[in-house]
Amino acid sequence: MVIIGAGECGGRAALTLRDLGYEGPVTLVGDEPHLPYERPPLSKEAMTGPAPAIKSITSDAVLAERSIRHIHSVRAVAIDRAERLVRLSDGSSLRYDKLLLATGSLPRKLPMPGLGERCVYLRTFNDALAIRAHLNPKNRVAIIGGGFIGLELAASSRKLGATVTVIEAQPRILMRGVPAEIAAVIHKAHEAESVTILAGQGIEAIADDGKEVRISLTGGQQIVADLAVIGIGAVPVTGLAAEAGLAVDNGIAVDAELRTADPDIFAAGDCCSFPLAAYGGRRVRLEAWRNAQEQGALAAKNMLGAGEAHAAVPWFWSDQYGLTLQIAGLSDEGRSMVRRDLDDGAFILFHLAEDGRLVAASGIGPGNAVARDIRLAEMLIAKRAAPASEALGSQTVKLKSLLAA
Amino acid sequence: MSDWIEACKADDIDEEDVKRFDHGGRTFAIYRSPDDEYFATDGLCSHEKVHLADGLVMDDIIECPKHNGRFNYKTGAAKGAPVCVNLRTYPVKVDAGKVLIQIG
Repeated sequence: MVIIGAGECGGRAALTLRDLGYEGPVTLVGDEPHLPYERPPLSKEAMTGPAPAIKSITSDAVLAERSIRHIHSVRAVAIDRAERLVRLSDGSSLRYDKLLLATGSLPRKLPMPGLGERCVYLRTFNDALAIRAHLNPKNRVAIIGGGFIGLELAASSRKLGATVTVIEAQPRILMRGVPAEIAAVIHKAHEAESVTILAGQGIEAIADDGKEVRISLTGGQQIVADLAVIGIGAVPVTGLAAEAGLAVDNGIAVDAELRTADPDIFAAGDCCSFPLAAYGGRRVRLEAWRNAQEQGALAAKNMLGAGEAHAAVPWFWSDQYGLTLQIAGLSDEGRSMVRRDLDDGAFILFHLAEDGRLVAASGIGPGNAVARDIRLAEMLIAKRAAPASEALGSQTVKLKSLLAA
Repeated sequence: MSDWIEACKADDIDEEDVKRFDHGGRTFAIYRSPDDEYFATDGLCSHEKVHLADGLVMDDIIECPKHNGRFNYKTGAAKGAPVCVNLRTYPVKVDAGKVLIQIG
């Protein structure tokens, strides 16, 4: 078993193969120097913690004990499907019976000239270290892109005292996948922390002299910053698959069992697009920690012949200041919304399809105020339940009781 | 062994639910199972120190509100990724409508 990509997904797949009792060779190949680690803390605790600690999902000792070979700092450069070989950047090659591509995604590049060493992206722990070094009360940070990474970094930068400006081309922050009501709560929280949010502003030009970045906006304003962090989305890493003749459709195209058209090659996590059963097989690609984890485990099962279809409901979260947002399901499938207010200003929006089926729930509140209800909503979505709007909207009706119905 | 300490009233927790209890600088989670028994564990998830009292109880399982790490709250056993370290459990008894916990 060979796994390309040693992130959350690949690491989880390797460990799952052993959990399931597979005793043959397992090789995990990653291009970073680190053990598989969790990426969500990179924009948060890795920035604001007392020391920038990496959160590994395993250890050398566990990998040794479980006979998982981890080849680090090496890229896979080609797949030879006829010979069932993966060629690596160090000149060696690996033979496989089953191959998993867990190659992840990379930050979308800002397609304009003028970017220099003060214009950076966040994907890896080493990227996080480089950004962290600039976050202090003397520095001005410009964040290009009002999505999750950008806003979490804005919150972390404020915590460390930097002056922060967020630039978003869309009319509001979090346009993709987050309802306006919830984006407004987050917007307010940033303003209360003295973050300047400039929405509806395209970038006309960037000049980076290695010390300062000058960003000219379409509205005429100019922002000068000591560091510009670009967080405008991610693109799946599909080159290896495409060159091997595998189909790419907004990600390496796999079936419900995460298998490509080649029965011996699987793909999972950020890099793949797959049919989402809960939404009539709609093809999606998810960039989320839990999806990476679940698909890594599912791919491992299916590499061993389980033939199990993906059935999970998408779920993700974001932490900014004391607020946590959680979303289960795909809110763009909804046609109407029902609001449930919880204690402490927390609230949940339930998104209903035309036929009344619950298709998503988006919640925000302090700490983990929305966690339990979002989890129950996720179960209702998985059951394809169509709960009554009045029940969803009333805090006195327990969601758990709707699940039993 | 140390004394029994009152954590809450038996009625304070719904069936198949969980409540937070703080004592002496420590924090705990007290559970009422679907079959109306009471249990107690350390309050914080062993993965990222998130309080389990915000989590969801389903049968014998408490699920962490942050990353869905799962534990059997009766035994403290971690039930798979991302959690791998078991929770410590504590003896619990109900006496005259009060939930008592022996935190030792």
